[in-house]
Amino acid sequence: MIRKVRTHPTQNEPLLFEISRPGKRAYQLPELDVPPVDPEAVLGPENVRPDLEGLPELSEVEVVRHFTRLSTHNYAVDHGLYPLGSCTMKYNPRLNEALAQLDGLAWPHPYQPEETVQGALEILARLEAALAEITGMDAVTLQPAAGAHGELTGLLMIRAALTERGNPRQKVLIPDSAHGTNPATATMAGYVAETVPSNAQGMVDLGALERQVDESVAALMLTTPNTLGVFEQNIRQIAEILHAKGAMLYMDGANMNALLGIARPGDFGVDAVHLNLHKTFSTPHGGGGPGAGPVAVKKHLEPYLPVPRLVKTEAGWKWDFHRPRSIGRVRAFYGNFLVAVRALAYIMAMGPEGLRQATLDAILNARYLRQKLEPYYELPHKAPTMHEFVLSDARQATNGVRTMDIAKRLLDYGFYAYTVSFPLIVRGAMMIEPTETESKQELDLFVEAMRAIAEEAQRDPELVRTAPHTTRVGRVDEVTAARRPILRWTPDLPRE
Amino acid sequence: MYPQHYRFTKEHEWVYVEGDVAVIGITDYAQRELGDVVYVELPEVGQELTAGKVLGSVESVKAVSDVYSPVSGEVVEVNTALHQAPEKINQDPHGEAWLVKVRLRDPAELDRLMTASEYEAYIAQASQASGSSSE
Repeated sequence: MIRKVRTHPTQNEPLLFEISRPGKRAYQLPELDVPPVDPEAVLGPENVRPDLEGLPELSEVEVVRHFTRLSTHNYAVDHGLYPLGSCTMKYNPRLNEALAQLDGLAWPHPYQPEETVQGALEILARLEAALAEITGMDAVTLQPAAGAHGELTGLLMIRAALTERGNPRQKVLIPDSAHGTNPATATMAGYVAETVPSNAQGMVDLGALERQVDESVAALMLTTPNTLGVFEQNIRQIAEILHAKGAMLYMDGANMNALLGIARPGDFGVDAVHLNLHKTFSTPHGGGGPGAGPVAVKKHLEPYLPVPRLVKTEAGWKWDFHRPRSIGRVRAFYGNFLVAVRALAYIMAMGPEGLRQATLDAILNARYLRQKLEPYYELPHKAPTMHEFVLSDARQATNGVRTMDIAKRLLDYGFYAYTVSFPLIVRGAMMIEPTETESKQELDLFVEAMRAIAEEAQRDPELVRTAPHTTRVGRVDEVTAARRPILRWTPDLPRE
Repeated sequence: MYPQHYRFTKEHEWVYVEGDVAVIGITDYAQRELGDVVYVELPEVGQELTAGKVLGSVESVKAVSDVYSPVSGEVVEVNTALHQAPEKINQDPHGEAWLVKVRLRDPAELDRLMTASEYEAYIAQASQASGSSSE
């Protein structure tokens, strides 16, 4: 059998364990010139593992090639459209990266005296101010390291404020179109999560909300625009219903990229909102860098913000640890600093007009795709959408082709997949978010691929049901992988 | 399809009674909607269940779904075989893949549930409303 018949980018890559051959080394040490010692005698037998065998043995060039080849297996926003709805996979400008690599920003230590890092503190203070202005809120913490972390920080502050008023309350209301993290956050914060139904337009059912809100409700967690891409037109009334009963409005700002420069949560009654710097403010996602989920609050929640807080003194910026009503720290040190640097770079490079234009372009791109794809795919919720929209597989399902199959087939066409089977309120959901950074040319390529797949689902459903066909690895058996997971490689495992 | 002596909830659980013990599971419609079930979370024997409250959850490759107890009472037996073989929920949802047995506290709770024919009408409407077809 000829094992190497394809170019590297299309060839699958074995594990290091499989490439390993006994005796290979990626380094050379000089001859031992001191008397050898018995590790068990020195460290104690409990600290020595005699069974640690079978670690991979490779030469340096083999290790380098292995990881270089793996790096070509990635699909990234730098390769092409990444329409993963809800995740806002926008381009990460290179300028952000250049600035984050400046020595003065990349190398400070968090224990350095404040007077030696005034520039870094100034960056954090300016970002706080910019985010407060953008959201129309009064104060911002940059500590939370991700969106869900921001949610938890927000709810803990609400809990602290309500507790101080005499009753933390029991429930947090969450629309059925919410992000899955919302109920998890409410539970983590010690609340019972209760669902609020959507109406036919995909918005919160005001009547149901009014009946549900009473003195036991601490807050409503609301994503707007929601996961259907629909803006909550009754947001002011929602806020009024809550505030009338002493409850608060927490906004999941994960979709803030549809509002920048157009509307401000602080102006429509929100008490606390988190932002995802890795979505809205163009910092890298996931493996590309840590996230950041700053929380912006109104004045009445400011005393509860995590410590320490930045304060301006005559001697410059200082960290203020003396905040008796604070919920305490939510993260070591001061948040993901270099993410903050990138976000501020983006905000300053774009300026107010640029941010507003990005929002308008994101909405235009999503609406263009929705319009172009509606002839081929079912659009279950017809209300006007903003930065993303949700199709369903209803038409293709009549031929046994489901949302997951269409997503897998997209890989064959060289695109990353849309978000599959979410939100749950749409059966067979296909959630698409192009972001503002895609050109019309790229969007048209995507439309062509989606149109071709819709035709294939008619003509040759099996082709779509068994996709992908051109990737290194074909359709993964997710069911067996979940039911009987193999969590550790062993030498006798069957090879592909 | 749906056994006549079973009663059904809007959240797609079923229940039937043997003496003073209620047997609880999820419906065929529920398992089809979920797809391949890969994990089941069940209560402990001795735990008190309340009608309409979560008793556990069922996870498929698509989603995690809470299971609500149709009736109130103490858990007397749990189908632990499902931990090893969750696929039974897809294969035999109304029989072998029962989830828990509960000592019934208030038999009157059963009267609030749907009969087989009512449930069939209910899911027919649900399928129509979301404009989808079967797998």
